[in-house]
Amino acid sequence: MDYLVILLLQIGSAVASLVLMSIGLAVIFGMMRVINLAHGEFLMLGGYAAITAFNHGVNLWLAMVVVAPLAVGLFGAVVERLVIRHLYGRLIDTMLATWGLSLAMIGFVTVVFGNTVSGISAPLGSLSIGAYRTGAYEIFLIGVAVLLLVAGWLVLRFTRYGLIARGTMQNPAMAAALGTNPSAVYAVTFAVGSALSGLAGGLLAPLSGVVPTIGAAYIAKAFITVISGGAAILSGTAIAATLLGAINTLATFAFTSVLGEVALLVAAVVLLRLLPQGITGRFFRRAL
Amino acid sequence: MTTSSTTASSTGSSTARPLLQTRGLTMRFGGVVAVDHVDFTLQERELRCVIGPNGAGKSTFFKCLTGQLVPSEGDVLYRGTPIAGSGSHRIARLGVGIKTQVPNVFDGLSARDNVWIAAAKVAPGRAAERRTDEAMARVGIAAIGHRLVGQLAHGQRQLVELAMVIAPEPDLILLDEPAAGMTDEEVDRLVDLIAELNRSHALVVVEHDMQFIRRIARIVTVFHQGAVLIEGGVAAILTNEQVRDVYLGKQAASPPHASRGEVSAQRTEGS
Amino acid sequence: MKAGRVKAGPVKAGRMALAGNLAVLAAGLAALFGLPAFAETYLIINSTIFAAFAILALSLALIWGYAGILCFGQAAFFGLGGYTYAVAAINMGETTLPALMAVLLPALFAGLLGYFMFWGRISDVYLGVITLTVSLIFYRFVNQTAGEQWNIGDAPLGGFNGIPSTPILNWPGRAGDQLAPEDIFALSVGLLLAVYFGCKLLLATRFGRILVAIRENETRAELLGYDVRLYKLAIFMLGGAMAGLSGLLFANSVFVSPTMFSLPVSGQIIIWIIIGGLGTLIGPVIGCILMQVLTNWLGTVSQIKGFGWVDPNLVLGVLLVIFVLLVPRGLTGLAAGVWSWLKGLANRAPAERSATREQTDP
Repeated sequence: MDYLVILLLQIGSAVASLVLMSIGLAVIFGMMRVINLAHGEFLMLGGYAAITAFNHGVNLWLAMVVVAPLAVGLFGAVVERLVIRHLYGRLIDTMLATWGLSLAMIGFVTVVFGNTVSGISAPLGSLSIGAYRTGAYEIFLIGVAVLLLVAGWLVLRFTRYGLIARGTMQNPAMAAALGTNPSAVYAVTFAVGSALSGLAGGLLAPLSGVVPTIGAAYIAKAFITVISGGAAILSGTAIAATLLGAINTLATFAFTSVLGEVALLVAAVVLLRLLPQGITGRFFRRAL
Repeated sequence: MTTSSTTASSTGSSTARPLLQTRGLTMRFGGVVAVDHVDFTLQERELRCVIGPNGAGKSTFFKCLTGQLVPSEGDVLYRGTPIAGSGSHRIARLGVGIKTQVPNVFDGLSARDNVWIAAAKVAPGRAAERRTDEAMARVGIAAIGHRLVGQLAHGQRQLVELAMVIAPEPDLILLDEPAAGMTDEEVDRLVDLIAELNRSHALVVVEHDMQFIRRIARIVTVFHQGAVLIEGGVAAILTNEQVRDVYLGKQAASPPHASRGEVSAQRTEGS
Repeated sequence: MKAGRVKAGPVKAGRMALAGNLAVLAAGLAALFGLPAFAETYLIINSTIFAAFAILALSLALIWGYAGILCFGQAAFFGLGGYTYAVAAINMGETTLPALMAVLLPALFAGLLGYFMFWGRISDVYLGVITLTVSLIFYRFVNQTAGEQWNIGDAPLGGFNGIPSTPILNWPGRAGDQLAPEDIFALSVGLLLAVYFGCKLLLATRFGRILVAIRENETRAELLGYDVRLYKLAIFMLGGAMAGLSGLLFANSVFVSPTMFSLPVSGQIIIWIIIGGLGTLIGPVIGCILMQVLTNWLGTVSQIKGFGWVDPNLVLGVLLVIFVLLVPRGLTGLAAGVWSWLKGLANRAPAERSATREQTDP
């Protein structure tokens, strides 16, 4: 019984990590059809922002939840202005340019912080469940992931920005024809997506620590989740994260953590073979 | 093509098996019905014109025939063989060539290379070169063979695509709005070409230009809201009141599925 | 006049192509015979790596530039080639068969992956993401294979450290009689030339021409009766084989380690191609050599006190962004543009002169 609870918590934690890792990418991809290959480095930057702020005496929670998203959101706005804006509609070129950006970011952070692991210890201590112990911080992250999804849903469903965003998702040309300035929508969206990545990077930093090259660890999982999820930003990410997180955790329990990751990849490839449009491209078409 | 001899004998007999037949062919996109239970029969070497207002489902119908779309329901028989749901390349190999509505060409290649790619599918080496030159001469684009297709005018691109379609000598040629964007001179050539092609090939031509239809048509099928509205000789069709109403957009023509209205219209052409 | 130009066009283009081919051949032969005469072993080994990388550049130049398949994980085949060779050679002793396997296994793996991607009709973008992910999984998997349980036969995979004891190729049939660095260099440059001209020939065949047509318009190719998936699969496998060959040569000049699979390697290949020029073969080779020289030089510079900010990743990344934004056709495209601009200038000058003369004549 305790074992089952722990297993479920592990699955929940894996799912929450996937949601956090991919939500920023999902927002940018879902709304702008832009694949940000520097996404992993945006997370990395969020981690560094949080750790740097914390080391300069900022409260840890404030560093993770406010400083990290703010810093990366600002950075995203600049990147959108300088690079992304000139490449709209050129999907492959955007991928290439953001890849260049990711290399440059790795290089820059290596120069500034050095090629060593920086870390902060996870707050909140641990919980006992029967004979097992688990980190309370992981449970907190599950809550954050759920909160993010619900908040996202509320924004998309009930606000003016959400209405415009949904319109742009369905048909960018139509939204432009209705007088919305798509370039303003895109600029805001990219900044919001970046801020979400920053937040995730900050929140995940205590679990994994940060190195300049940690982006590579995030990016594959984030992509697989977003692509498997399909067109719908929130439900797609949630469903794909649940499915892949569960597979990952179960395979990790049964074998090793690397085989867990391999299982995740194989599941995603098979899924894409069956549903080339992603889960929400095939089912739940009207979902958000 | 190896089938030409059987073609000759089968058209000679009175119990001719049709070249192409659809039975209850239906294509739905979500809740929208773009092609609605179409029964369509085409004999060997027949020339058929298909008309209908924008969004009547003509292009979707063609896409179902060529394997670009998998029909939701119904059969497509090519010389008795079911082909609905087969891959495009398989259907093409059976001898179906299509000029699509939007010119579908290899923009980065020269006009001659475009046609050669088409010819090389059915003929090896020298024979492919010969077929290429023949097709280009027939369509009248020999002089622009070295030009990049991406830099040609719309009408010329149409001609290049036409040469690509006829180079492999398919038994069934589908032409979706072939005259669009052509000069009067080019249209004249197209009319002659269609007449000439029809001596040895079956053709289905979708067109909006009624002048053009008048010049080439014998039997006309009218599509309206995804279904066949009426079928008959060109003279009778073009004077038919119901057809005229459909083109003028009057709902008084009381089409079989009036309720689906304009939604299906937009959806079909958009897809 | 007009007809004359029409005829002159292809002939002139043909002559220029011939001149280009001869120049490449001459450069290759000069390197092949010239370099060993004066260069030290260090330079020879470095040049061998350049040649191996140039083959890697060609592998992606072929499948991306001519078949439109953007593979973000070409490093997977590169690494697979290297590791296949290393593991097989350690187990077998004699290296001829392992060398062949280093080419075949990546090709087969590309076949398996390609089947999933092309038969699933996954779009370009998803294809990029999947190939990238596959290479990352390889990287992470091989990275943690330290320890005895990860021995394949006699070969320890070695985890993060790779296999420093990667055997050097021996002369076929004479196990233990290893090739000297000069021989490996000659083999690499010879193979590079063979691969380069092999690609040229391939692109001139029916298969190559159809491949380019598929890149231009997949739907049209399908409607003409070509099974696009088969063509893509074939070229993807060939690209995998070439990358495997490159991995084999790399393994013989350095040794195999997990970095072969890493994202920066895949990224580098793309950078070579973007900087050299997509849709050409010579561009990526030039881009590869230029970038490798630059990276090596930056590596040296960043060791100097006060130049620690010169990080190769930083410079490469910024270069890539700049080229995508401002020089999308790469150096070869830039050179072609400058060349035709100069020619236009040269043509216009006499024309203007004659025009002014006509004006003043009457």
